[in-house]
Amino acid sequence: MAELTFREAVAAGIAQEMERDPTVYFIGEDVAAAGGVFKATVGLLDKFGAERVRDTPISEQAIVGAAMGAAMTGLRPIVEIMFSDFLATCWDMIANQVAKTRYMTDGQVSLPLVIRTANGGGSRFGAQHSQSLENWAMAVPGLKVVAPSTPADAKGLLAAAIRDPDPVLFFEQKSLYGIKGEVPDGEHVEKLGTARVLREGKHCTIVALAAMVPRALAAAAELESIGIDATVVDVRSLVPLDTRTILREVRKTGRLFTVEENPRLCGWGAEIVSIAAEECFDDLDGPMVRITTPHVPLPAAQPMEDEAMPTVARIVDTVKRAMR
Amino acid sequence: MTGPDDKTRLKLYQLMVELRDFEQRAYDVFMENLIKGTSHLALGQEAIAAGFAVAMRKDDYTFCTYRGHGHTLARGASMAAAMGELLGRSNGMLHGKGGSMHLTDVTRGAMGSYAIVGAHMPIAAGAAWSAQVRKSGQVAVCFFGDGTTNIGAFHETLNLAVVWKLPVVFVCENNRYMEYTPIESVTAVEHPAADRAAAYGLEAILVDGNDADVMYETASRTIARARSGEGPSLVEALTYRHGGHSRGDPASYRPKEEVREWMSRDPIKQYRERLASGGIDEAMLRKIDDDARQKVDLATEEARNAPPARIEDIESQVWSDGGSAWRN
Repeated sequence: MAELTFREAVAAGIAQEMERDPTVYFIGEDVAAAGGVFKATVGLLDKFGAERVRDTPISEQAIVGAAMGAAMTGLRPIVEIMFSDFLATCWDMIANQVAKTRYMTDGQVSLPLVIRTANGGGSRFGAQHSQSLENWAMAVPGLKVVAPSTPADAKGLLAAAIRDPDPVLFFEQKSLYGIKGEVPDGEHVEKLGTARVLREGKHCTIVALAAMVPRALAAAAELESIGIDATVVDVRSLVPLDTRTILREVRKTGRLFTVEENPRLCGWGAEIVSIAAEECFDDLDGPMVRITTPHVPLPAAQPMEDEAMPTVARIVDTVKRAMR
Repeated sequence: MTGPDDKTRLKLYQLMVELRDFEQRAYDVFMENLIKGTSHLALGQEAIAAGFAVAMRKDDYTFCTYRGHGHTLARGASMAAAMGELLGRSNGMLHGKGGSMHLTDVTRGAMGSYAIVGAHMPIAAGAAWSAQVRKSGQVAVCFFGDGTTNIGAFHETLNLAVVWKLPVVFVCENNRYMEYTPIESVTAVEHPAADRAAAYGLEAILVDGNDADVMYETASRTIARARSGEGPSLVEALTYRHGGHSRGDPASYRPKEEVREWMSRDPIKQYRERLASGGIDEAMLRKIDDDARQKVDLATEEARNAPPARIEDIESQVWSDGGSAWRN
């Protein structure tokens, strides 16, 4: 085991797969010489050379489109879209082209490509550089959607995304880039579509994603001190979604809380709550509650942004009041 | 210009006649209300598709738009499968999942027909990028309309393709109308593609898109340039739609005089006269005409007789495992 930061783990995941598979190429804005604006791709240019690790112009449509054309014809490209907010500038490529072409051609092409993007708030960047957009991707049939919460998963899930034969949107939460964690030595590959139970409790199940996972764990520790014993599940992958694990943990405790960084409407938690309502209603002991950012563009100033996103205090308070 | 040899010329003529007859039949079947949805015919634009297809290597890539029946068939895709797709039949090229605007046959290098204006330009560049790094010697050819030159993807792609020196040929089929609107009324320059070439350090190539010999020569030259590693080209081929933008568009916005003039420059009529006056036997030309009609008849019959697209395919082929599961 080595201790890596989340950003180092991302670079390690890319390097592991580029070493293993010569058809993996990596392109994006400032990713090569500069090592990425979040420094998550440092060292890759030196290691793999300018043909396989390549800087692009600020042309998101061309970047994603080129990756798609290359994926159709024998490469396994990884692209970086610097901020997930910029997905809007190439959403035609992602939602209309990448997501639909396999289906529309009834399987004539496969699109093994990964779109990595820095996602989420907490950096005081304002509403156009802070969105948590995994629910946009989740709403489009044909895209797999992954969002890790630890350095080990950043490496292992990214490796799995690169090996996957279908297009994957890989969300890296900006607020996690600096965290440190143990990452297994040697080849490390996780499995897409698997949630992970991080903590087992008796009273309620808190389901969280990406940067909300450490907050859910911190909230669970506080709740324990006041006698509420919470299970915490890290969703890890929204598509495919491990409903088996999630519903099993909901059934055990009879209570479900979701913690979502996205704005309220149509967040991933709404889908999980609706599945639980359909499939384990009889096991529920009380209302299911979603804890999200309010339905507003994210404000920039520190006290506003901090309070808008689900805080540990808000998670504790919400669970406490609901469980009373 | 000495022009192509007789064998090539006959191939060009044959392809143009086949594409014409197919599109005409698609129109007729549409009028019978057998084709639902929409369709965008390339009647009158056959010389561009034929000129390039004949000049391409078998393993080169074609990317085209929703006006893509001709470009797909020109690569050798099955006519019955194309007609079946238009009719929503199970023998369709995409088994009913794509329809008229998405004809694709990757086994023939026809890498797809794309229905969002300009979207396929970067995808074609990506296929060229892949060919470049795989050192396969393949070239990607990307066809699009004049309206595409005003969309962002056009400019993003040309810039990237030049910077990366990609083996791709971009072919603007300027049929003078962006859907219903004259292109010159919404474009800053007279020649929407050729006048923009300089902005990307490319040669301005403006050619008669209704002349199959010119198109074949232009295709040969630009494809050779791409294949030899000299980078992309941008071709503007002047042509004219014989019909409207899509079904149900009578194209009454076009001046009668303009229509008359362009109809007199029908690429097939012109070419037939050229071949005849160049010594090609009339009987040989007539045989090509007859064979094409028969081929379209057979394809239409096969598609009409095929069962409808299968309901059980609705949830297949979202993923590479053949299925569409999003949860366990």
